[in-house]
Amino acid sequence: MAYSHYILVCGGTACESSSSKKIYDNLKAEAKALGVENEVQIVQTGCFGFCEKGPIVKVLPEDSFYVNVVPEDAHDIIAEQIVKGREVPRLLYDKNKKSTEDVSDIPFYKKQLRIVLRNCGVINPESIEEYIARDGYLALEKALFEMTPEQIVQEVKDSGLRGRGGAGFPTGLKWDAGLKAKGDEKYVVCNADEGDPGAYMDRSTIEGDPHSVLEAMTICGKAIGSHHGFIYIRAEYPLAVHRLEVAIKQATEKGLLGKNILGSGFDFDLEIRLGAGAFVCGEETALLRSIEGKRGMPTPKPPFPAQAGLWGKPTIINNVETWANIPVIITKGASWYNKIGDADSKGTKVFALTGKIANSGLVEVPMGTTLREIIFEIGGGIKNGKKFKGVQTGGPSGGIISDAELDTPIDYGALIRMGSMMGSGGMIVMDEDDCVVDIAKFYMEFCVDESCGKCSPCRIGTRQMYTILDKISRGNGTMQDLQKLEDIGSAMKACSLCALGQSAPNPTLSTIKKFHEEYIAHIQDKKCPAGKCKHLLTFFITEKCIGCGACARQCPANCISGEIKTRHVIDQTKCLKCGACERTCKFHAIEKK
Amino acid sequence: MTLEELRKLRNQMKTEVEKRETAGKTIQVIVGMGTCGIASGAKETFNTFLKLIDEKGLADRVMLRQTGCMGLCAHEPTVEVIAPDMPRVIYGDVKADVAKEIVEQHIIGKKLLDNLIIDKPAADIMAKK
Repeated sequence: MAYSHYILVCGGTACESSSSKKIYDNLKAEAKALGVENEVQIVQTGCFGFCEKGPIVKVLPEDSFYVNVVPEDAHDIIAEQIVKGREVPRLLYDKNKKSTEDVSDIPFYKKQLRIVLRNCGVINPESIEEYIARDGYLALEKALFEMTPEQIVQEVKDSGLRGRGGAGFPTGLKWDAGLKAKGDEKYVVCNADEGDPGAYMDRSTIEGDPHSVLEAMTICGKAIGSHHGFIYIRAEYPLAVHRLEVAIKQATEKGLLGKNILGSGFDFDLEIRLGAGAFVCGEETALLRSIEGKRGMPTPKPPFPAQAGLWGKPTIINNVETWANIPVIITKGASWYNKIGDADSKGTKVFALTGKIANSGLVEVPMGTTLREIIFEIGGGIKNGKKFKGVQTGGPSGGIISDAELDTPIDYGALIRMGSMMGSGGMIVMDEDDCVVDIAKFYMEFCVDESCGKCSPCRIGTRQMYTILDKISRGNGTMQDLQKLEDIGSAMKACSLCALGQSAPNPTLSTIKKFHEEYIAHIQDKKCPAGKCKHLLTFFITEKCIGCGACARQCPANCISGEIKTRHVIDQTKCLKCGACERTCKFHAIEKK
Repeated sequence: MTLEELRKLRNQMKTEVEKRETAGKTIQVIVGMGTCGIASGAKETFNTFLKLIDEKGLADRVMLRQTGCMGLCAHEPTVEVIAPDMPRVIYGDVKADVAKEIVEQHIIGKKLLDNLIIDKPAADIMAKK
């Protein structure tokens, strides 16, 4: 029996944490209760990307795009739409939607081009059949039966694909080195150790479309002559791990992994390795050591992993997003792929938009799209009508991009020139209430915690830079400190063993360069213009005070005094700058500056 | 699984997943499913369409949808058919046998079933100019 309706419920981690599982269960139960369980197929899909409005439920064929759904809405969706064919207008994203309009008309989706996320929000990630239906394993067919290893490598080279893990090394060159490397045993590794604060595209890709990674790794196995692969994923991603396990099991059952794949005589198998969540293990040599069972610490390059990787054998290691591009490149051809993007970088990039942005979520755009398009057109601009200040790309390895640079087309080269980097693609948007010193301090603290300690430029440098930034944020900085930060930073960039230390100074150095006057304000005027560094703030009570005493009762330091019905005062010597009084006052009589 | 089995599975699943997609489908069959429609057997009509679209391999072109009452309660079940280069029409009293005729003649044969047309859709006053 064919289905009359399809309900796609987002099963990504973000929506699941806002009870999409319960929505799914309720929909199932309601469908059964109303006797339509054979007329509607309810599917849990991967992330739709529009996490700001989650949980998302999409009903087909009407293409109803429901946002902010709660479990109690399940009854209305089934009773109204499935039984009677009427949409539930109160849940629609666009309340004025005509029944003929498409989801792709929503501004959030309009400018996007989804290659990596092609199956996310479309198929059930736990069904290999649905992946196959969307041309899944077609690239593998082609690679196994129609192409030689050299042709596969050439195709990847011609596509212009660059590593999506951050540095943007050409994937084809890497594979070529793997193909040419001599060795009785070679390995293929997927780097799913996504650790940048605010980045979650790899997690969502695996959660929404795990088979694309499996297929790509098998193709690489054929290309370089490897029969064994590892997926290194952090244990903090239980749902992604689960979906990978299911996918590997299904692929093995169907003969798409294991011995003699599809009767081609080629063998390939995959194992999952769980990481304990150390940031440095996202660095490829540290990751390989961790797979070997050793402590996750980087080793000098060269030798590069393609020559001597896992257990000293040639190893190709790519990031999840890079892998997810491979099947499309093989199926549609390099000449199709390299028309997307700009001269420097080909294809698309997935960005995780977070921070003070109206539509936080996952967006995939062609390389060469400007930040203005991403933040203001797709992302819907800054939350609560505040002013845009900057955007941090590439997490703790990247730098801040200011509004003067918003119209630069984004690719690997352009971001480096702006003192930042692609990184994995996290984009944290900041508004006028964010203080650059505070942000630089936050990222440096992260790097102090995550530095593995093997090389001194990183171990000592991060600690020293953090100490100086902390001093500045307390109002004790001197102008020499700025010079010191730059000196230590450039030494770390030149001398650190791995990318963690080499890029850790980026947030600090880029903010010093682009928001110099804000550092000066902290050092010379002892003021924090954004009102974030609490040691530089003074809370005081204005004449709006009616003397109700509410603030005095809230104050944990008991430093507010005054007669009832007269203006109160704050004892600055005792004030902790916690801000409790400001939040309590109903008359906006407490100001900070 | 062999290569042939994989290809077979892909083709078979493709039609399954295609049914979910709305892009590229040029023909719409809309069944009136108000209380009046359902009482006159619209559900059965709907299921007949589903089955026929499946059997005749039309899933890549035809989108089957349901709507509320079209206001022609005396002639339920009512079915609106929208096909490119053909006028939009509403058929009345569409029982299973009529549904079959609509699929074979209107959708596949591109001929209107003159005797069964009872109306053309009212002008959509909400439609964008």
